[in-house]
Amino acid sequence: MIKRFLYSQKVAPYVFVLPFVLVFAIFWVYPLLSSFQMSFQQITLGQDSSFARFDNYSKLLTDTVFLKAVVNSAIYMVLTLVILIPFPMLFAVLINNRLMWGREFFKSSFFFPALTSVVVAGTIFRLMFGEMEGSLINSVLGLFGVEPVKFLKGQTTGFVALLSLATWRWTGVNMLYFLSGLKSIPDDYYEAASIDGASSFQKFTRITMPLLKPVTIYVLTISIYAGLAMFIESMMLWNGNNSPKNIGLTIVGYLYRQGIEKNNLGYAAAVGIVLLLITMIINLTQLAFTGLFKKED
Amino acid sequence: MKVNKWFILLAALSLVLFMSGCGKSSGSAGGEQSVLDGGAGDNATELSYWTFVELHGKHFEKMLEKWNAANPDRQIKLNVTVMPYDDMHNKLSIALQTGTGAPDIADIELGKFPDFLKGTPQLEPLNDVIDPYRDTLVKSRVDLYSKDGVNYGIPTHVGASVAFYNTEILQEAGVDYTQIVTWDDFKKAGIQVYEKTGKSMGTADTSATWQESMLLAQQGADFTDEQGNPKVNSPEMAKALTILKDLQDNNVISTIAGGQPDTEEAYGEFNSGKYATAFMPLWMMSRYTNYMPDLSGKIAIAPIPVIEPGMPRSVGGGGTGTVVTKTAKDIQLAKDFLAFAKLSEDANIEIWNTLGFDPVNMDVWNMQDVTHNPDNEFVKYFINNPFDVLNEIKDEIKLIKSVPASPTINNVLNTVTLNEIFEDGKDIQQALDDAQKQIEQELK
Repeated sequence: MIKRFLYSQKVAPYVFVLPFVLVFAIFWVYPLLSSFQMSFQQITLGQDSSFARFDNYSKLLTDTVFLKAVVNSAIYMVLTLVILIPFPMLFAVLINNRLMWGREFFKSSFFFPALTSVVVAGTIFRLMFGEMEGSLINSVLGLFGVEPVKFLKGQTTGFVALLSLATWRWTGVNMLYFLSGLKSIPDDYYEAASIDGASSFQKFTRITMPLLKPVTIYVLTISIYAGLAMFIESMMLWNGNNSPKNIGLTIVGYLYRQGIEKNNLGYAAAVGIVLLLITMIINLTQLAFTGLFKKED
Repeated sequence: MKVNKWFILLAALSLVLFMSGCGKSSGSAGGEQSVLDGGAGDNATELSYWTFVELHGKHFEKMLEKWNAANPDRQIKLNVTVMPYDDMHNKLSIALQTGTGAPDIADIELGKFPDFLKGTPQLEPLNDVIDPYRDTLVKSRVDLYSKDGVNYGIPTHVGASVAFYNTEILQEAGVDYTQIVTWDDFKKAGIQVYEKTGKSMGTADTSATWQESMLLAQQGADFTDEQGNPKVNSPEMAKALTILKDLQDNNVISTIAGGQPDTEEAYGEFNSGKYATAFMPLWMMSRYTNYMPDLSGKIAIAPIPVIEPGMPRSVGGGGTGTVVTKTAKDIQLAKDFLAFAKLSEDANIEIWNTLGFDPVNMDVWNMQDVTHNPDNEFVKYFINNPFDVLNEIKDEIKLIKSVPASPTINNVLNTVTLNEIFEDGKDIQQALDDAQKQIEQELK
């Protein structure tokens, strides 16, 4: 009986997707619905929660710190896209080139930072970008006669540190995605293009880039999500969730501050729902624009 | 077909593994753990204790031995977990909210304490165990950790604020710190130090409000009004910041890496002799002995300067309330032990010996053999005896209230306002008005 059940062609697909469905329901749908409900509540430690209607959301609309967090996250996301899509793509093409020496070495050394824990990396970057004369970046700048910079106290310089960390960490990962995309482009295309007299640049723009489009869309999608959900990098860089003038505060950081640090779980849930909405809107728009929802020919 | 069977098995196995991984309840809270048995027998009760100060564990270790020896039928093993400051408070808060996973005993820092008193506190009232000692304690320090007359935390120290002067730098500049009474004196001395040595006399703190607390207390003011509502844009606060800003403009004080003296970066700056003064609560002494060894024999303790002579020369700063949670295994045992370990005369002496804190039992302040013990590391490190200064300012130690609004006030001042004033030179009144608005908005 069991055998028949397991071998049944009708049942098998459901058995296979069951783990995913379960995980999705328990760790995604349930928390989502639950936080949606919480976002309409006032929740205090040790007391029954009470219904707060739209109070949390209306407070959020006039909350300047939240606005600052949204702007920070958005800028961070855009800048990571600007850096972490073109450059890894370029590096991937370079490394994929047969004339390139030490390909395996570069591949692994680019990927290595991704294996390092954010906590360790963040702490090291914090020390590197320290404001003392003796900290790494400032001592290098000192060689050129530049006065010590208080990196982690200024908006622009703070973002320089934050983006250096992101670039150092994620270039290798995105590069690997592009490399795997490049592998699927047949050599024949390039040969044919060579015969037709196409230059390297033309080959890159006419063959490589269009054929890498699916990978690019994938990297773009996860980068948008990762950019908006960034939290630990900022937390490690500023040694806590509170950066001077909130220059490093992100949406998730604000959610953490409200929910965990201030015990204001209802309000934090509202922040989370807004973050979800922002991410969904941006990503769905992006996917619609890049034609992912069109039926394949 | 064969492959199919293996696939199903593998899928089922991975599902089981995955689920079991999720369901695993985390017994440990992370952080650094150690079990202190203090000579306890096999049938001792094991209590867990969370703290963010490693040294506090050392104090409990000493008191645990004494407790176990004195109470053979109620022995305790203490499971100490040390975690970073934010981490510990956040984990404790989640554990208390969810009602599972909280330790039996925990340290809660003053700045975070009001958050744990919101609604119905998930902490045990400690009045009954504090009562026998109440007459010996500084009342205001006990009241700090209370709500509606119920005591939820046991204090560790008074935290009287004092000035720590680096006499080596001062001598080089020809300054006599004992002559500094007012902030004007301090300014004159600071200008002299800057001209002679190029060093800063003190720090302009951007991430802590110790200095503002001192200047407010001198004027009999606070960050909040009688009802506990925030009033950070008061004339007193403006005056305090004007004094500090004027000092900064005259190169007397300057901002320090880390934002305030009690940070890792700042210890390094002080240790290398770049700043001559730290205005901090007395517990800063333990930071000197632990993290600034090069300054041994160079630091003098003195009352902080005042705006006008006759104003109170100190304010209690910082503090840790130790609590017993509602979910504790053996509530009465935890409470009794806590009182024994922190409030008894013996405990207060040990608090000074081990931690270098100014104990809340002020009788200890007059025990010459304890306070002037030549073998004590703090007595050895500093030029003058801390208790000579403490006894001098004993009746002038004011209090800055800790109310539900305090965490928000601290957050806004320490992340935004002080940075705007000392780093960007924003107009003081404007910065304070903005802060007030922001705080009110956040508290709505």
